[in-house]
Amino acid sequence: MIEVIDAERCTACDICVSVCPTNVFDKTDGIPVIARQGDCQTCFLCELYCPEDALFVSPFAETPQGIDIVALKQGALLGSYRRAVGWTDETRDLRDADRSYLLFGH
Amino acid sequence: MAGRAEKLSATAASVEYDADVLVLGGGPAGTWAAVSAAEQGARVVLADKGFCGTSGATAAAGTGVWYVDPDPAAREAAMAGRARLGGYLQDRRWMARVLDCTYVQSNRLAEWGYPYPVDDSGRSQRNSLQGPEYMRLMRKRAKAAGVTILDHSPALELLVGDDGAVAGAAGQRRQKQDRWLVRAGAVVIATGGCAFLSKTLGSNVLTGDGYLMAAEAGAELTSMEFSNPYAISAAFGSVTKTLFYGWATFTYEDGSVVPGAASKGGRSAIARALLQGPVYAQLDRADAGVRRVMRLSQPNFFLPFDRTGIDPFTQRFPITLRLEGTVRGTGGLRIIDDSCATSVLGLYAAGDAATRELVCGGFTGGGSHNAAWAISSGTWAGRGAADFARQAGSSIRRAASRAGAVALQARANRPFSPAELARAVQREAFPYELNYFREAGRLDNSLQRLDALWVEVSEADAAVEADVLRAREAAAMLATVRWMYRSGLARKESRGMHRRDDFPEQDARFRQYITSGGLDEIWTAPRPHADARYAEAAE
Repeated sequence: MIEVIDAERCTACDICVSVCPTNVFDKTDGIPVIARQGDCQTCFLCELYCPEDALFVSPFAETPQGIDIVALKQGALLGSYRRAVGWTDETRDLRDADRSYLLFGH
Repeated sequence: MAGRAEKLSATAASVEYDADVLVLGGGPAGTWAAVSAAEQGARVVLADKGFCGTSGATAAAGTGVWYVDPDPAAREAAMAGRARLGGYLQDRRWMARVLDCTYVQSNRLAEWGYPYPVDDSGRSQRNSLQGPEYMRLMRKRAKAAGVTILDHSPALELLVGDDGAVAGAAGQRRQKQDRWLVRAGAVVIATGGCAFLSKTLGSNVLTGDGYLMAAEAGAELTSMEFSNPYAISAAFGSVTKTLFYGWATFTYEDGSVVPGAASKGGRSAIARALLQGPVYAQLDRADAGVRRVMRLSQPNFFLPFDRTGIDPFTQRFPITLRLEGTVRGTGGLRIIDDSCATSVLGLYAAGDAATRELVCGGFTGGGSHNAAWAISSGTWAGRGAADFARQAGSSIRRAASRAGAVALQARANRPFSPAELARAVQREAFPYELNYFREAGRLDNSLQRLDALWVEVSEADAAVEADVLRAREAAAMLATVRWMYRSGLARKESRGMHRRDDFPEQDARFRQYITSGGLDEIWTAPRPHADARYAEAAE
């Protein structure tokens, strides 16, 4: 489930509010809020669309987790999905990295 | 017909559009339908419950695509390869046209800039799509084609004209706290299947809404007994990827191997083991090369592991099976002709909202064939709807009434609780001993409870505005499981993914389809397979 909107990184662009398929976020006068965490389907797409890597989706689909934001920002997990699929400037060459054709027919 | 859909009015309470074609659902099938209708010159509105581009089972995942070169031998092998698995219910003519259409449209994706990988021999490989990349592109193409996209705008009910033809739909704009209404010459239902809020990846927007709306307008369903696939995921997580579990070893708590357990052809052994206690998986049969390819091909598969410090190749982790219902089943709205028309005039169906019996028979492992079907049926439904709308003429002057009932109309009893209803439906749809392993007595008992629930909800008052979407979703789930189990009772054999403990064998007399329909009274009826129809015609 979505756990974190990092207030330091978030620029209040509200992209996450638009792209979340289950309408979990609400706009505010400042940065968005996680208004309906229980509706999160743990699809990681808000994280992928966040241009600032300000969001963190915990992989636990059923239960909210306590997240240590300081530790999170020291590690490499924020933005890890976006980098892996090639949606950052530095990793653009990964957009065509899909090698599924080597796995089909197993 | 040309240009964009016209906004007729916008008041504080609602926004109203006039269109030739209204597409409900913005996943692969919906976007292909919208693009195809617009290419025919139709003015198109696409309304998605969430966000067109992230909504649905495809956007969150990677998917194989049934893309086969137009080499007759390769095509023949592709069609023959799945005949037995599908219980011999596929239709060869439809498989051939799906292969044709998927090939053409996938190549257009390449022209539009989809970054297909190039293999070591310099060949572009087009049998797999990355969901986020694919659906971001499809949204862009729909917009470029002039489609008006309404995001966060779930449809709640269809509009039906005096002539009995579908004339649009009405719904809610969740982020604007108001309503929308689109008058249209034809409607394409591309709202996906029903996965019963099981949290299988990307599927919580897929609650069978289109089935309910279509059934309220009188549409028929088919193959609803093929609705019980379960996908493997880490017990705590949402990410499913059947393909990768092909390299897994499955073990009991004590570390011993679960006999017969496998991702493909052995998932029922996993289900039986899960009835006894926890089951673990470890992808220990993947060598270094395969591990590398997995990471490159499906980065999201590794998020649950990387974020919990589990190495899925060297450590075992608890797994569960999440119901995928008709998202990866093959049941859905019945298609009556090559344009993907349903049994209701002016109403078309595409993708998982439509039956996939024609291309998959009674079994799909997901991806591949479903993805090809979404592309093809979307293309045909969009064109078919545009043609229908052109012949029907302007939709503005047609009188139309709202077809929705449950949770939308005033009734004597108190409104029902959507969350409670959803949980009650899940208690009937999730259990392996009811849905995975079916048996007449258990299905009968479940249907008695489900039918009683239906009486309750149909006598309940309209939901309040804040609850109406959830109420309609829960009611759609309830209707869906009732069609599933009635159809499951009618098929007194095991075929495809449908397995009956009391009829464990495939029975040649049942090489036919089962049509279903109705809401207050659910009915089923057998329908001959194409081969039987041809045989009859030849006599």
